[in-house]
Amino acid sequence: MNEMNEVRKPPVATTGIIGWLRINLFFNWTNSLITLFVIYCLYQFIPWILDWTIFSADFKYNYLGEKITNQEMCSRNLDPENGGACWAVIYVRFYQFIYGFYPKVEVWRVNIAYAMLALALLPLLYAKLPYRKYFLYFTYIFPVIAYFLLNGGLGFTEVSTNKWGGLLVTLVLGCTGIALAFPIGIMLALGRRSKLPVISMMCTLFIEFIRGVPLITLLFFGMVMLPLFLPEGIDMDGLVRVLVAVTLFQSAYMAEVIRGGLQAIPPGQYEAAKSLGMSYWRMNLLIILPQAIRISIPPIVNTSIGLFKDTTLVIIVGILDLLGIGRGTLADTNWLGLSYEIYFFVSLVFFIFTFGMSRYSLYLEKKLKTGINMGAD
Amino acid sequence: MSEESIISLKNVNKWFGDFHVLQDVNLEVKKKERIVVCGPSGSGKSTMIRCINRLEEHQEGSIVVDGIELTGNLKNIDNVRKEVGMVFQQFNLFPHLSVKENITLAPIWVKKMPKAEAEELAMRQLEIVKIPEQANKYPGQLSGGQQQRVAIARSLAMNPNIMLFDEPTSALDPEMIKEVLDVMVDLANGGMTMIVVTHEMGFAKTVADRMVFMDEGKIVEEASPDKFFNNPESDRTKLFLSQILHQ
Repeated sequence: MNEMNEVRKPPVATTGIIGWLRINLFFNWTNSLITLFVIYCLYQFIPWILDWTIFSADFKYNYLGEKITNQEMCSRNLDPENGGACWAVIYVRFYQFIYGFYPKVEVWRVNIAYAMLALALLPLLYAKLPYRKYFLYFTYIFPVIAYFLLNGGLGFTEVSTNKWGGLLVTLVLGCTGIALAFPIGIMLALGRRSKLPVISMMCTLFIEFIRGVPLITLLFFGMVMLPLFLPEGIDMDGLVRVLVAVTLFQSAYMAEVIRGGLQAIPPGQYEAAKSLGMSYWRMNLLIILPQAIRISIPPIVNTSIGLFKDTTLVIIVGILDLLGIGRGTLADTNWLGLSYEIYFFVSLVFFIFTFGMSRYSLYLEKKLKTGINMGAD
Repeated sequence: MSEESIISLKNVNKWFGDFHVLQDVNLEVKKKERIVVCGPSGSGKSTMIRCINRLEEHQEGSIVVDGIELTGNLKNIDNVRKEVGMVFQQFNLFPHLSVKENITLAPIWVKKMPKAEAEELAMRQLEIVKIPEQANKYPGQLSGGQQQRVAIARSLAMNPNIMLFDEPTSALDPEMIKEVLDVMVDLANGGMTMIVVTHEMGFAKTVADRMVFMDEGKIVEEASPDKFFNNPESDRTKLFLSQILHQ
């Protein structure tokens, strides 16, 4: 080789789109066969699903151009050859799906709460947001504002929680459950690892008990038994009872997830922190937890997504979340038989939220990993 | 306890389960004295210095550091830890913080130093350990020798009166050992009270005021480096030295 010969490039056949295709899709004949089979399946499935959900679907009017007000007017019920999905049911019941039975005059309050939720999430989603600190202050006080806004008080007319429903209930349960369970879970995890036997035993007992019981049982427990423990005369709101059950359930799981992260921290980190004169709380807040939580991001998001979907179980104690409203709609004689559309819609809404959470966790992992080697040296 | 002793261990005993790891250990360290502790692994040397800042608890005897007796009293323990810096074999830097943050963390949160002042202090400490250019990197991006020097700077930032070194060069590649030892020699020449657990006998000969040899949880021999290396009393010391010097 002469000295003019600069850097050798890799063979063309292993780079670029063609290289990628060769390596990943057509590496050998079995690989190629599988690729072709999958392409054929997609070719069969994608046009069909697009046709059903969009091109042949009714949104507001059927194929005769009439406004749909019940299932008999759906194109597919008028002419089975001719129709796709009948989204009119979602359109007609949209208000219930999003707000439940919240009074129409007051619904602006829910809309403001939704908008504020987005604003409160903003500083968590974008670390580089200008004035992030002030946005974060808003995030901290948002739950209080949302409480008065949705529930009433401070000059707002009261809207009892049995009028709440649909997405509103799903989000209230999911967000509160996840947000409250996180700090409680951290305390439980630290408590379980505490050197003080009483604290450690209490935390272990709590975690094992809550984790050993199905969420449905806890929901019944919250509904039926929780009032028995309260002093006479204090009536606890139904939704709050469910919230307590959901939060306890989630914090037990969160505690175990975070404990897993804590166990991965080498003892040297504790020793270094102690040798610098740090107290127990400073050591945990500044050194141990930031590392433990970072390690635990995937399982934390995993249990959070699990909880978000498990909130649908509240239907069995008579609270109508998104799925509950869907099932209520199906029971309406006007919309009998539209289960495809309704379950598709409910699934889609859940998917949007859980997929968002999953992407957020990937973003966090990527952001926090930069330049950090978590190994010993 | 003599007047000028800054560290005083009296009849210290400690067990790990049934294993008697420290047996009647007595050690007096004067201010500005440099002690090098050596001995085979499992002889209790690390355990002994870890008792001095209470990373390990002793079960019998007394340990007094700078006039403060180490007991279960948490306030005393915190006060002792503020006086005593420690450097570990595995560096134990905080991997989620940058080099500068590693150093400023304790001054800001334990000593309540303003952030700007702490950062200035961190830069001064990094100059002392000769790596100011690494201030904004993360520990994972540094070599072992650089990490250990950051660990020394981090301890020094708390302005300790005493520094404990627990095999500071044992986890390092040979060419990095020197850069860490150089920093430690500078520190010794600056008048720091130091207790160093190490097998670096060259370092011991250069800086030690006194050698302490431990075996099976006991202090077998205490002597000046000159006497220790040239004319040790106990056979156990002779055997150890012949092995470590002729490997």
